[in-house]
Amino acid sequence: MKYVDEYRKKELILSVSEKLKAISKKEIVLMEVCGGHTMAIHRFGLNSLLPATIKLVSGPGCPVCVSSQHFIDTAMAYSKLPGVIITTYGDLIRVPGSSTSLEKERANGSDIRIIYSVLESLEIAKANPDKKVVFLGIGFETTAPLTAAAILQAKKEAIANFFVLSAHKIMPPVMKALVSEGVKIDGFIAPGHVSAITGTAIYNDLATTCGLGVVVAGFEPVDMMQSILMLTSQIESGKPAVEIQYQRVVQPEGNKIAQNMLSEVFEFRDDRWRGLGIIPKSGLNIRDGLSSYDAEVQFNVSVPESTEPKGCICGQILRGLKTPVDCGLFGKKCTPSDPVGACMVSGEGTCATYYKYRS
Amino acid sequence: MIQKEDKIMLGHGSGGQMMHKLLEDVFMKHFGNPILNEQTDAAILEAGSAQIAFTTDSFVIDPIFFPGGNIGKLAVCGTVNDLAVSGAEPLYISASFILEEGFLLSDLEIIVESLASEAKKAGVQIVTGDTKVVNKGKCDKLFINTAGIGRVSPENRMVTKALGIIPGDIIIVNGTIGDHGMAIMNARESFNFKTTVQSDCASLNHLIREVLETSEVKFMRDPTRGGVATVLNELAGKIQLGIELDECELPVNNGVKAMCEVLGFDPLHIANEGKVLIVVSAEDGPNLMKVLRNNELGRKSAIIGRIVSEHSGKVVLKNETGGRRIVDSLSGDQLPRIC
Amino acid sequence: MCLAIPAKVISIDGSSALVSIEDVEYKASLLLLNDVKPGDFVMLHAGFAIQKVDAEEAAYTLQLLNDEEKHRPGSV
Repeated sequence: MKYVDEYRKKELILSVSEKLKAISKKEIVLMEVCGGHTMAIHRFGLNSLLPATIKLVSGPGCPVCVSSQHFIDTAMAYSKLPGVIITTYGDLIRVPGSSTSLEKERANGSDIRIIYSVLESLEIAKANPDKKVVFLGIGFETTAPLTAAAILQAKKEAIANFFVLSAHKIMPPVMKALVSEGVKIDGFIAPGHVSAITGTAIYNDLATTCGLGVVVAGFEPVDMMQSILMLTSQIESGKPAVEIQYQRVVQPEGNKIAQNMLSEVFEFRDDRWRGLGIIPKSGLNIRDGLSSYDAEVQFNVSVPESTEPKGCICGQILRGLKTPVDCGLFGKKCTPSDPVGACMVSGEGTCATYYKYRS
Repeated sequence: MIQKEDKIMLGHGSGGQMMHKLLEDVFMKHFGNPILNEQTDAAILEAGSAQIAFTTDSFVIDPIFFPGGNIGKLAVCGTVNDLAVSGAEPLYISASFILEEGFLLSDLEIIVESLASEAKKAGVQIVTGDTKVVNKGKCDKLFINTAGIGRVSPENRMVTKALGIIPGDIIIVNGTIGDHGMAIMNARESFNFKTTVQSDCASLNHLIREVLETSEVKFMRDPTRGGVATVLNELAGKIQLGIELDECELPVNNGVKAMCEVLGFDPLHIANEGKVLIVVSAEDGPNLMKVLRNNELGRKSAIIGRIVSEHSGKVVLKNETGGRRIVDSLSGDQLPRIC
Repeated sequence: MCLAIPAKVISIDGSSALVSIEDVEYKASLLLLNDVKPGDFVMLHAGFAIQKVDAEEAAYTLQLLNDEEKHRPGSV
């Protein structure tokens, strides 16, 4: 496959690995904040190619993992309303809420449909004018513009029975919050596809104010290794900067059309991140002018107070403070087929990845 | 242990861990007997001096027409293959139909015609059957249940037992994996991908007969729901040895590979309906490959892995970049992801 | 949030593009991307083309990597 296979060549990966081992002297911790990167590291066994001086930790980069229980419980409550069709990306179907999951509610008779593109929700809405179609909007800056485009398209086509429950979030505030909390991070491997949308200016603060290098990385093993090499170089020379490794996809200015749609449809709000608490201005709320598409405004449901499951340390895992193997539930009470915390349910959650790719 | 509120979920039918748990918790708990406990594709029964293989299957696939076949063709292939991989020569099939009120007779005829044609190709006779009609909405167009009977030769009796497997033995598959599941998924969901991926559904009994006549087969199984990963995990658990797979050797159709990359699926977990996994000694490998490749249903055969003494009970994949990771059986349904 | 795959643009039809990944075809939305023409590669994420793949940059990166690999001691 073009632009994929070339970046999986063993010789290239080993070549970068050797360079890395030659230049790495300091003991450093690099954090990636993207479920796709977590997957790539484990799928391709990259940890075994790094020198002992470099430690990779996973941050809160999985949008499913950080979606609050309240969001899941609200989605569940909507699914029980008569005449409602829930449309969702597959990632969410098995995430546990406080007492149930979308998968279990589907077994109870709720109309819950997995879609690949949010635009399918619009088609379902048009095909079912007597029903209310609610789309569960999860994802960071890569995926939020798609929801924005769908809302604007619904407005254009006067589709009145399409709604979005937004749990969209943005990266920079949580990255800064982790640094402010004092989590030991020497550099960030930044999410390649988020950056393809946002551009790279969003990371400047981290480099200039916090003195942390940021390298925007692609997702193939060669991309990841090269990004780690670039970050290590920066740290070894004491010159933190924002750099793009994923130059074939990411431009410094990002995707302006997508950015404009985001600001046309969404405004920032303080948002709850599962396991991390409330992070100011980190969530995306549908603007008042488009509130006819906002499920939170249009539907009235009561949702119980959510509680974190006992023994679950997803919060600490999402901060990179602990790894899944530190959790007493990991692999025992909490497994991919019987998940307790969100980090295990989502295919790209840290715990699910550790479990799937354990060696 | 089942709780009162527990309900059947779609994952229970996907052939992976959830289904196995259901089998243990409900069915085996009440039905368990020495023959059933073997949990093989077909039961091998003593009937006087002869040995017969007996299998049953239900076909509820949606959509009923898909690229590469339909539910009728699948009903024969699935039943014939369960018998063939048990070392039996398939002879007779029953076909029971549950039809939804309102189902088009012309569609029924196409399906029945396919069923008949595939049965002829496989050399089996449909000797008994049943027809029921249920009210509209009580079944999805039609469901087909089959039972199949075959004759077991003494020398092939043991192919399901996985006896005599030692480190160094190799695992062969007769062609590309993931075709059927991907073709179905594409035909069913509203995802709107256009592919040339076709179901691989085929009756394997003639191919398997050639294999059994020319090789010392230590184990055979068809990787249907749950995919190659699920069958190999069961095997590794049964023989308490490890299995090592080589990602570079896995035959995967380009279209299937692309769909897996787009949706985040693993071809090892996707259903096949025209594939058989065979374990033989390393020495027997070249000869078996020649036999397989000579047959139209084995042209893309490949040696995909081997039995090892390490990581007993587990299946490990050596990937294209040189790293290694564990391959589990499928847990629930595979879900297309954004992440 | 990151599962995106490079796909080749076959044809444009208004606000969507027929793209292909190997022999799989999909009608991707171009609501987030313009200035796309047949033959271009785009990143396909959840049904949308979100950015173009810059062939020159891709070639440059690979060139650098391949050159470095060739000069590795022990490389063939």
